[in-house]
Amino acid sequence: MSEINNDRRQFMGKALAMAGIAIAPGVMLYDVKAGNDGKPASSKVRWGMLIDSNQCKEGCDDCVTACSTENGLSGGKKSTDSQWIRKVELKDMRSGRSLNLPMMCQHCEQPPCVDVCPTQASFKRADGIVLVDKHRCIGCRYCMMACPYKARSFVHEELHDQNPEVPRGKGTVESCTLCVHRVDRGESPACMEACAKAGHNAILFGDLNDPESEISKRIRTVATSQIRADLGLNPGIRYQGM
Amino acid sequence: MPTPESLRYKNKLYYLLLAAGGLVALAGLYAVHMMEEHGHIISGMNNQIVWGLPHVFAIFLIVAASGVLNVASIGSVFGKAVYKARAPLASLLSIAMLSGGLTVLMLDLGRPDRIIVAATNYNSTSVFAWNVVLYSGMFSLVIVYLWTMMERRMHVWSKPAGFAVFAWRFVLTTGTGLIFAFLTARQAYGSALLPPMFIVLSFAWGLAVFHLVQTTIYAWNEKTLDPAILRRKKNLLGVFVIASLYMVAVYHMTNLYFAHQVAFENFILHEGGTYTMMFWIGYVLFGNAVPLGLIYAPGLGDTRCVMMASALVVLGGFAFLYVFIIGGQAFPLNIFPGYVASSSFGDGQIAHYEPSIYEIMLGFGGLAIAFIITTVSVRVLNFMPQDKAYIAD
Ligand code: SF4
Ligand code: SF4
Repeated sequence: MSEINNDRRQFMGKALAMAGIAIAPGVMLYDVKAGNDGKPASSKVRWGMLIDSNQCKEGCDDCVTACSTENGLSGGKKSTDSQWIRKVELKDMRSGRSLNLPMMCQHCEQPPCVDVCPTQASFKRADGIVLVDKHRCIGCRYCMMACPYKARSFVHEELHDQNPEVPRGKGTVESCTLCVHRVDRGESPACMEACAKAGHNAILFGDLNDPESEISKRIRTVATSQIRADLGLNPGIRYQGM
Repeated sequence: MPTPESLRYKNKLYYLLLAAGGLVALAGLYAVHMMEEHGHIISGMNNQIVWGLPHVFAIFLIVAASGVLNVASIGSVFGKAVYKARAPLASLLSIAMLSGGLTVLMLDLGRPDRIIVAATNYNSTSVFAWNVVLYSGMFSLVIVYLWTMMERRMHVWSKPAGFAVFAWRFVLTTGTGLIFAFLTARQAYGSALLPPMFIVLSFAWGLAVFHLVQTTIYAWNEKTLDPAILRRKKNLLGVFVIASLYMVAVYHMTNLYFAHQVAFENFILHEGGTYTMMFWIGYVLFGNAVPLGLIYAPGLGDTRCVMMASALVVLGGFAFLYVFIIGGQAFPLNIFPGYVASSSFGDGQIAHYEPSIYEIMLGFGGLAIAFIITTVSVRVLNFMPQDKAYIAD
């Protein structure tokens, strides 16, 4: 009896899921294309970050934990676990100087992941945030091959305890969304908040297009760089102290 | 003439072979079902090695599917009678391998149920999306080509159709090469040499597969291939093997020339453990040197030698692709030039990969599909090459 019920439930579940897949792209489109206060994302804005590796503390991974909590990631570090942001330890080969920095999707202006995606599931919003439409992604992983920063993860197994604001799906690819759901509410990304709370202030988020924003002022006054700038992708994430 | 006993025995054997092929294909489907159910966690692939063994099988089949058409092209386009007689079989093999390869590629997707999305949301900048068009176009073209050859009143069209196939398959293999050539940030790929290299490799792999199947069909029908034809075909195989070895050598040499690629080449050619072994022993020695010996050494080069050489070329092809696809991803991406990097996400480390049984099942499932299509068609229709009594060219 219970087996039959179970089967029925599974069938219903599948039917609902199919219906969901059918209508979801429309809903999702509205969702992701919307910007601040439900208005469409504006191309006047280019969201970005400035990361100061001098402030980033060795051994601290508050940003990583905050990302996992915010986006419903397991926080596991197996090679099949999703890691939207990771702490990288670097050692300069010539001087031997060590530094630390968080690494995530660089929200490229010319994103190779978007170019190669066969289904247009990878896309860039008008405000520069690069996202994956998880209802459209077929899980071919070509974007993971194409990303020069290894910023993307593939969902290898069933997900539990999801944050309804952050849609994810088994068999699809995902990466840092710059906490788009928070940004659209006028808040800043969870990693930046956590870093500030820990007193390190290594991450600064803001509008690269607004000359009056804090991030633009800082970029004007200190030496910053983009990782693999030679590739010409113009990432929205900049680094200081490299 | 085959005796009734031998006919009955063959009948049995035929169904037995078909059943075996069916079982392997079913096992592949079971693997797909399991991967759907549990996710790719049950495969050996991970966030560092995102394309694994299924891709090795799929790409081999697709590349060989294009290369085997060479036999048809030499017949149709260059008008050589010996090859013309073999064009139908070559076309059939092409369709069979393309079907097997594409099935594997498709069923390995994270969401194979959404494959139709690739058609409805076509991204014209994506090489993958181009390939979808190239593969389906090739499929239809080869079917038309086959039709023009098998249907007497369509014969007049077989030359133009042959030309179209000839052109299309060059573009197709170029497209396959471009999938990798456009990955500019990865040391192993991002080289303009890849499309021509794949074209040359396709010649060798396709012809090797053709030899294997042709020899089997002849043996099955208790016929022997005219030694003159065998000699010509085996020499062609030899030339293709030498050419592909040359292309692979140039690819690695140019990499060695670029300072930033030296570490990668050192990994593949010298310190890569399994990958290095597979490259030198699997690909160079058994996939090239031994077949060349079997073809050219004095006293060798009979049917059995050519058969063995062909089998080795095929195995060498798999070894090559394993090193190229998986070894190429195992070597860490150079994200921070000038720094030694480490992280929880495999930065600066050689990635680990071990194919799981499900991937192996899926890969062989693709081979089985190609096998079934070939076996059934060869029995139902007449694909036995019909050589004229006198062969001139
Ligand atoms: S960092 Fe990678 S995933 Fe992010 S936008 Fe650039 S290419 Fe795409
Ligand atoms: S895995 Fe998804 S997002 Fe990435 S290229 Fe394929 S379809 Fe596009």
